[in-house]
Amino acid sequence: MKPAANSTMERRIELLFEIGCEEIPAGMLPKAEEDLRANIEKLLSAENLSEGITVETFGAPRRLTAWVQGLPVKQPDVQTEVTGPPKSVAYDSVGAPTRAALSFAEKQRVHVNELFLIQTPKGEYLAAKQTKFGRTAEQILTTILPRAVHDITWPRSMTWTGLDAARFIRPIRWIVAVLDRKPLKLSVAGITARNITRGHRFLGSNAIRVSSFADYEKKLYSNGVIIRPARRQEKIAKELEAHAKRGNYRIHEDAELRKLVTYLNEYPSVIQGAFDPAFLSLPDEILITVMRDHQKYFAVEKKSGELAPHFLAVINADKDPKGLIRAGHERVLRARFADAQFFWQSDQKCRLADYLPKLERVTYESRLGSYRDKVERVRATACWLTEQWFNLGMAQAHVAEADRAAELAKCDLATEMVREFTELQGIVGGLYARAQGEPDEVADAVYDHYRPAGLDEPIPRNLTGCAVALADKLDSVVGCFAVGVIPTGSSDPYALRRAALGIVKIILEKKLPVSLSLAIGAAAKALLTHKPKRGVTPDQEAQILDFILDRAKFVFREREGFGYDEVSAVFRASVDDLVDSQKRLVALKAIRKTKNFEPLAVSFKRIRKILEKANVTLGDGHHVNPELFEHAAERELYSAVRAAASKVQSQKRAGKYQEALEVIAGLRKAVDHFFDGVMVMADNEAVRNNRLTLLAELLREFTTVADFSELGGEERR
Amino acid sequence: MRVKVKLEKKTKGLTFQDLFLKLSQFWVKQGCVLQQPYDVEVGAGTMHPETFLRVLGPSPYRVGYVQPSRRPADGRYGENPNRLYKHYQFQVILKPSPANVQDIYLKSLTALGIRLKEHDIRFEEDNWESPTLGAWGIGWQVLLDGLEITQFTYFQQSGGIDLDPISVELTYGLERICAFLQGVESVYDFRWSADKTYGDIRLLEEQQLSEYSFDRSDAGAIRSEFELHEKQAKELVDGFKGAAGKDRVRYPLLAAYDHCLKCSHLFNLMDARGVISTTERAALMARVRTLACRTAAAYLEQIGGSASRREVRA
Repeated sequence: MKPAANSTMERRIELLFEIGCEEIPAGMLPKAEEDLRANIEKLLSAENLSEGITVETFGAPRRLTAWVQGLPVKQPDVQTEVTGPPKSVAYDSVGAPTRAALSFAEKQRVHVNELFLIQTPKGEYLAAKQTKFGRTAEQILTTILPRAVHDITWPRSMTWTGLDAARFIRPIRWIVAVLDRKPLKLSVAGITARNITRGHRFLGSNAIRVSSFADYEKKLYSNGVIIRPARRQEKIAKELEAHAKRGNYRIHEDAELRKLVTYLNEYPSVIQGAFDPAFLSLPDEILITVMRDHQKYFAVEKKSGELAPHFLAVINADKDPKGLIRAGHERVLRARFADAQFFWQSDQKCRLADYLPKLERVTYESRLGSYRDKVERVRATACWLTEQWFNLGMAQAHVAEADRAAELAKCDLATEMVREFTELQGIVGGLYARAQGEPDEVADAVYDHYRPAGLDEPIPRNLTGCAVALADKLDSVVGCFAVGVIPTGSSDPYALRRAALGIVKIILEKKLPVSLSLAIGAAAKALLTHKPKRGVTPDQEAQILDFILDRAKFVFREREGFGYDEVSAVFRASVDDLVDSQKRLVALKAIRKTKNFEPLAVSFKRIRKILEKANVTLGDGHHVNPELFEHAAERELYSAVRAAASKVQSQKRAGKYQEALEVIAGLRKAVDHFFDGVMVMADNEAVRNNRLTLLAELLREFTTVADFSELGGEERR
Repeated sequence: MRVKVKLEKKTKGLTFQDLFLKLSQFWVKQGCVLQQPYDVEVGAGTMHPETFLRVLGPSPYRVGYVQPSRRPADGRYGENPNRLYKHYQFQVILKPSPANVQDIYLKSLTALGIRLKEHDIRFEEDNWESPTLGAWGIGWQVLLDGLEITQFTYFQQSGGIDLDPISVELTYGLERICAFLQGVESVYDFRWSADKTYGDIRLLEEQQLSEYSFDRSDAGAIRSEFELHEKQAKELVDGFKGAAGKDRVRYPLLAAYDHCLKCSHLFNLMDARGVISTTERAALMARVRTLACRTAAAYLEQIGGSASRREVRA
């Protein structure tokens, strides 16, 4: 099959497609843009129409728009040969077409003279040329565009007419489809497409005829809609900057907020508002959260870094000539700040610790009890961790402070401030603790203990904060696994994956000596000795360790750039102390480049295979008997192993992993000689077993830093 | 005879009662039945049978009403300028939802004297859910210069039943709108009528009912009232199965629903009093929800519709 040359194919045309909608949630628009683009590309590609095209999509609150350029007018025609009867049947003895040939011609709708012979493996056959005419882009788009809309995935869709009708994120109210300047006939969600769009709800017309994307973009602009998100973001950035310059302050930077307001407005404009400087006595964290999370305002700072009593709001309007909008926003912010100020004072009529009993009414998980119960478990584990560190001589480890911080950590959940501004949990507790005279170590630990919020977010600042954060997260993971709340696919209601990642990140970043298995054991013990007094089985503990180690693998591979096989080699050797594992990984990565290393790894792999085949388990109590050696190479390897083993032991103890690995790499010559000269599977059973024992010892001694037999070869995933 | 109330010159914006009147007039013109507040305590206009039950089944319906809504835990002894034990909602149900419903809604704001072009009005994502009613919907909060003035919801389920057709529910927060229109900071300061403020009329009630629900209610008595109402609701719904013919049509499921509403309010009172433990809270809510869902299912059967429950695509 090959495309036929066809002059109409040279012409390329454009498609404008718009889904007109009631306000789509801003946070969902970026993904919807991407979905729509990918769907159109995929569907066009399946129809052989995607070569040389570009698909761009743009989202705004009331629309999702696709612009396809360089579309062929139609699919290429495809020429095929249809095989008919064999030559012997098709022609009679004088070479005239038989009835078989005639009926084949008739069936193929060609004249009998147009038939021809082709060579096939079975002999010569009659054939006819057929052209499969490509369908037009118009025909194809009519069917695929509704699919492209339907296949956009949303977190939660709805119906706006009834159960049998279309589903989408919000009601679809109009459709624009214009192909090559002409309206394209199609219908989406029961709405017939036209070449008429709608402008901004208040700044534009409700019926705008459009003929092309350029025309659409221009007319929308004069009707109060900037269709390209990038342009809207530019406009916002420019106006924010202008206000900052005029007011001699700077924007409290917030990339997420910039993106959000870009997708919240079809015609964004920035206005400045002010608030009573008296509110500046509230902590910055509270002021900023109220402005950002609740009102979507940008906070501004003086050059000195203090907040200024102004805010910048992005409105979906052109201007505010009478200052009504500014006055409205100021009024709302004033009420919010007044609330926050009221909570700040009324919450502190009692001390933070006085909220502890109230935590009994705040559920954590029905089977794991209330936050009051969780606090006791977190205290136990945080104290245990800190005690371990104290015993190791860490100067910052103070058990009493860890205990106090864990006791106070969740108290703010019962305060009015956190009930109103939930995203301030931890922070409010920390602020109250500090205001009420708790030591900085404790106040900061309370403030920080939900950290890290993500892989790129900071961990708690001090050791006490790390202890409480680890204990809290361990309790969540251990408790939830114990009652069977185990993350699957996209369902992870207690954010256990994030908790496990947080555990890994804190340990690695703070270089904390933590035995994961013992720490899990400590959290399990807390669950058993405190409410709800639930046991954790050894199987569950192993499952929890694997769950956390999976996150550690991810961090080592994806964030720290270690190879898949390197992580496997180190984890197979042993893994419990992540900082130690990290050191071994660094050493392994460094030594890997040296010349002896890869060949030695191949030999180790060979040794493991031989042992597996012979069913030898490492460390089964057998000892090498030098008297049974028959070859010099055996003796050489034996003494090399003996010498290396004691060096490796001491270097490992000193944490000098790279040196240890270098010693191991030095075994290469002796190992090579051994395999060159010695036949392991000797006929004499005693000799054979002795050789196997030697190899087993070698593998046992030298795979405790990293198991090289995991290295190299294809990646196993 | 036309009586013209003359307002003082310095005052601006509609009075609270003007809001009732303007919204009533507007929605009556849109074909709504003008209903009155329900006479059982409710936490929201949604709980009025004119919403909760009317959205079930296929019959078209349009209704509007003011609904004083009691939320005991939100009481602030009359000391907070925006938070109230009881607030007033104007509730509209449009069944089925018209295609231009947003435009109609915006016209209602114009009817209140709000010049749309001079303000920043937006529809910001806010899905609504009532766990005690087994009801939820998709929609927005409407923000007027950053102030939430209306909850705008396409009802998807009520009483656990998938709705078909879909109704739109509009819930105006009247105190906020009025304070905005009159440009005052505290709800207690705006004028209810030409010469009475909201505070004149309601402050005492806020003080007393906050005091009652936080400090003086008899939790034990409320708990047993809850049980009694639950028992009656359950018995009534159970009895519907056996009713036939004429008895079936007049079987008092509406009374069962009243008892269910009572349970919901009594639950709120216990909650405000702080006597519900963690595990109990979820369990009590589930009990009320079960009543609401069973009542809704029976009611739908009674009016001759069929409950269609199907997997809703996420």
